[in-house]
Amino acid sequence: MQDLLRRYGPGLTLIMCLLVAFWLVMLVIVPNITLFEQSFRPYLPVVDVGGPKDTYSIANYLKVFDGNVEKSLFGYTFSIPVHVYTFSLTILYSMLVTVLCFLLAYPLAYYLAKIVNPTSLPTLILLLFIPLWVSEVLRAFAWWIILAFKGPLNALLQGIGLIEDPIRWTNMGYTGVVIGLVYTYVLFMLFPIYNAIQSLDTNQIEAAGDLGAPWWKIHWRIVLPHSKPGIASGSVMVFMLSAGSLLVPSILGSTTSQWFTQTIDQWFKDALDWNTASAYAFILLAMCTLFVTIAMWLFKVKLSDIAK
Amino acid sequence: MHKFRQNLAHVYMGLFLFYLLAPLVVMSGAAFNDSKLPSIVPWKAWTTRWFSEMFADDRMMWAFVNTLWVAVAVALISVIVGTAAAILVNSVSGKVRTVLYGMMISTILIPGVVIGISTMILWTKMGNALGTEFFLFNPGLHLSVLGQVSYIAAMVMLLVLARLQSFDSGLEEAALDLGASHAQVMRRILLPHLYPAVGAGAAVAFFQSIENFNVTQFTRGGADTLTVYVFSKVRSGITPTINALAFLLILVTLVLAVVYEINRRRKARIEAARESEARRAEEAALL
Repeated sequence: MQDLLRRYGPGLTLIMCLLVAFWLVMLVIVPNITLFEQSFRPYLPVVDVGGPKDTYSIANYLKVFDGNVEKSLFGYTFSIPVHVYTFSLTILYSMLVTVLCFLLAYPLAYYLAKIVNPTSLPTLILLLFIPLWVSEVLRAFAWWIILAFKGPLNALLQGIGLIEDPIRWTNMGYTGVVIGLVYTYVLFMLFPIYNAIQSLDTNQIEAAGDLGAPWWKIHWRIVLPHSKPGIASGSVMVFMLSAGSLLVPSILGSTTSQWFTQTIDQWFKDALDWNTASAYAFILLAMCTLFVTIAMWLFKVKLSDIAK
Repeated sequence: MHKFRQNLAHVYMGLFLFYLLAPLVVMSGAAFNDSKLPSIVPWKAWTTRWFSEMFADDRMMWAFVNTLWVAVAVALISVIVGTAAAILVNSVSGKVRTVLYGMMISTILIPGVVIGISTMILWTKMGNALGTEFFLFNPGLHLSVLGQVSYIAAMVMLLVLARLQSFDSGLEEAALDLGASHAQVMRRILLPHLYPAVGAGAAVAFFQSIENFNVTQFTRGGADTLTVYVFSKVRSGITPTINALAFLLILVTLVLAVVYEINRRRKARIEAARESEARRAEEAALL
């Protein structure tokens, strides 16, 4: 701080502090506090706001436990509140998306960092970047076209004789959503892992190979441990983006796939109950934060490692 | 065996590129198919009418204009705030730095839905409390700008912070010793060093803003941006005009990519020529 004052003088330092304060206080902290405060208030007609009925309660949070549905899993039937069910599935499928992204991205990251000819690397990376510049809504829309009942995928599979009758891809639970999310976010997994592997000394891999380690052992004992920070940051990004995505589940979802963000959206836009929407948004934020914290603790990485 | 695995890797790379790019090709192709539903099968006939229909779609054109000004505003504010934040973080240390840095980074991880709803509630509540009808406190795209800045500024901050690591602060000392004013040190020494990162940050902010859906969806009021408009079109009757739009956007991306690539190759060639020249000169000197 002293350093800043000496270099840029009190005026410029003050301006910079004010800018940062505006960002962190007005755009981040205060809105979230307001959200938290609002989530404890009842949904009232405008005239009653601030009146005697406007008291704090946790009623909005308890709405999560309303309305049980019968579900069966592995032949075992149980009754579960519908929003809890939605939330659990959102988390579960976001984890699935994260794992799939990792499986797709890891070999490619290794390829880009260690195998490919360095002169063609920039071209390849540029090609990989093209889908990132095309907006998310269009990428989801592209899959909507591909997965359509009379779409190219079914035509192709029928053409090569793999299936007899067309498949309703977008009407099979969460299939469409998972396909769309993996496609949309796989690059957020690829680049952190690529960065991590790139910093690994190739001599280590060669030494292990010379000493007789099979290829899978080289990956398991050398490349994977080294790329752990990259994997962690990619996983956190993909998980948070998937769990918080509203576009992809809305476009590629089926009648039986409800995403938790869609539930929030319905409270906000259809029911116009902002307070309950706040409570649900806060639940999403809290649970995701908790989840990421646990994951980071398990993999022994820090927040500062993630944003690299 | 080694050779086999390497070939396998090349094949995988090819397949992955196909996986990434094929959907874009399908989407672009459907823009030229004379079929009411956007698809490439069955192929009915070539047509360009979706393009003329797209340009006749006033709402889409408005959405396009809105998207542009939101993106420019977000890029401008994010660059200013993000650069200031990077300089500030770089000059503090210890616990303060950890907390400040952690708070800035965590904004990237906050789900967009949360940012959207919280921004909307705060500003409309403030408007109610002040009892004013001033536009700032009503739902609208200006709130989308504020909401988007709250996490995009962090991305700019990261880029600028990385660039600051290679900055030699001795230059500023020298300038101060030689009698430069504080403003001159900032404008002539520090900022020129940061310009590449600031430029990259502006580009990232611009495109992130165009992409944004979650924050905009909750704060926009009645106004449309392109993303929101396309979304509403996809949910209610779709026409291939969306594909026409997608084709044009992909085309712009491709042109930019090709220009970038040609530029890069030219630079690489010049660099290589210079290097071999230097090597030859060195050899000549040794002889």
